[in-house]
Amino acid sequence: MSFIYLLMILMLAIFLGFELIRKVPATLHTPLMSGANAVSGITLIGAIAYSGNENLLLAQILGSVSVFLATINVVGGYMVTDRMLAMFKSK
Amino acid sequence: MLNTELIINAVYVLSAALFILGLKLLSHPSTARRGNKLSAIGMLVAICVTLTDQNILAYEWIIVAIIAGSAVGAFIAKKVQLTEMPEMVSLLNGVGGLASLLVALAMLETDTAIDSYLAIIVLLAIAIGGITFSGSVVAWAKLSGKVAKLISSGSTVFSGQAFVNAFIVIAIFVLGALVVIYPQTANSTVYVYSFVALCIVLGVMLVIPIGGADMPVVISLLNSYSGLAACAAGMALNNNLLIVAGALVGASGIILTSVMCKAMNRSLINVLFSGFQAVKATEIKIEGEVKPLAADDAYYVLEAAQSVVVIPGYGMAVAQAQHAMKELQVLLEENGAEVVYGIHPVAGRMPGHMNVLLAEADVPYELLLEMDEVNARMANFDVAIVIGANDVVNPAAREIEGSPIYGMPIINADLAKNVFILKRGMASGFAGIENPLFFKDNARMIFGDAKDTINTIIRQFSD
Repeated sequence: MSFIYLLMILMLAIFLGFELIRKVPATLHTPLMSGANAVSGITLIGAIAYSGNENLLLAQILGSVSVFLATINVVGGYMVTDRMLAMFKSK
Repeated sequence: MLNTELIINAVYVLSAALFILGLKLLSHPSTARRGNKLSAIGMLVAICVTLTDQNILAYEWIIVAIIAGSAVGAFIAKKVQLTEMPEMVSLLNGVGGLASLLVALAMLETDTAIDSYLAIIVLLAIAIGGITFSGSVVAWAKLSGKVAKLISSGSTVFSGQAFVNAFIVIAIFVLGALVVIYPQTANSTVYVYSFVALCIVLGVMLVIPIGGADMPVVISLLNSYSGLAACAAGMALNNNLLIVAGALVGASGIILTSVMCKAMNRSLINVLFSGFQAVKATEIKIEGEVKPLAADDAYYVLEAAQSVVVIPGYGMAVAQAQHAMKELQVLLEENGAEVVYGIHPVAGRMPGHMNVLLAEADVPYELLLEMDEVNARMANFDVAIVIGANDVVNPAAREIEGSPIYGMPIINADLAKNVFILKRGMASGFAGIENPLFFKDNARMIFGDAKDTINTIIRQFSD
């Protein structure tokens, strides 16, 4: 049953994503992509539990590298997006 | 015990709401920055609450990894040149894919009693993550031209490539089935790691045949994959927030991919697999005379112009001419003319690339118009200035049936009263097609470095 729940969430999120992103103007497509990079770093919260588990060394290494990589995405993605968006000025 | 889990999940709901709100605010340049900040707060909150998880026994590794990742991320974000954004996004796509792959692997290593359904989802996360990772690295290499000797920026095809790919795909399915059917046997580790390796090889094989001109599509698609990989990891880990965030990223990439394909009048299938087809040489000869113009003379036309449209392409970024163009724009406006920019969806090397470069040069975003907006009033512009763009203003797309770009939507620069084309020489664009625009009666070629040309005109204005 839990699989069906997750599938339901997935389906709703995809439709919501389509509706929201359709409204993003072409002029902001580059920040949209770098922002998407940042959001995809959400894997971080899945990796934390493995990185903090000392019982299994291999899983801990894999988890920690994953935390490292996902943090690059989160921090790099949000910062560069902010840098770009700050440049978009009105008349 | 139960309480922390409940709190964590409640906070995830808040984070998801912040991600969605952040995307919603991205619908206008005036609110976009606030949206990005909200999204970042959502992420920070999610990370902080996850650290209270009872399953975490030690924090040392987590903290070291987060600090190291933040340092690298902040360094790249500060250092990157905006002309290099396609490379950066490409790399981040790959990093995201690899992160999802590693989480999925960690899960396989930890979970001793994995059922078939879960095994399939985990393998899916590994496959998407692996393809995203290696595909993005190849895309990055093609864009940056750093490993030109190994990977050409054009399309790399060898005989029997299709068979090799088919073999890899079949092997991936067989290995996947073995992992699902025989989990936790002595051989299963071998199966899993062979599976990982083959997925990474497949990512390389899928991107090498795609030419440099199609990279905007590939980056968009890989952007989508990096989200889908997070999504699959979320399904495996039973984590709602991973699914929602991953799906939003996936949807974003898919929409951008379809925008890019439409703007090139090609299907995604055609972009991904046309490298395998032999290139049809076009024998269409365009007759006519090119009329060169000196930058000094261009000044007199511009001085009399009431309305000017600037059509930039990647060449503008290469020549770093955007700042000079902004300077000229101000002079033209002081002279009483209206100046707007007409931006084709595939101008530059990624969606919206030109807009960011012009925003960096302080051009107000109201002046950055989309293709349809400028086309509607093209006949009313006194001058169209084409800077470093070629294929996106090629009227062959409208006029010459049989041209490889026939049917592609273009900016109709040739319909303006005068067209100035700032270009180094007569070389053709990415698509390698002759451009009849250069031979039109109302077109004038201003040869030379775009930045120097514009600066010459600026000097004339000042005198």
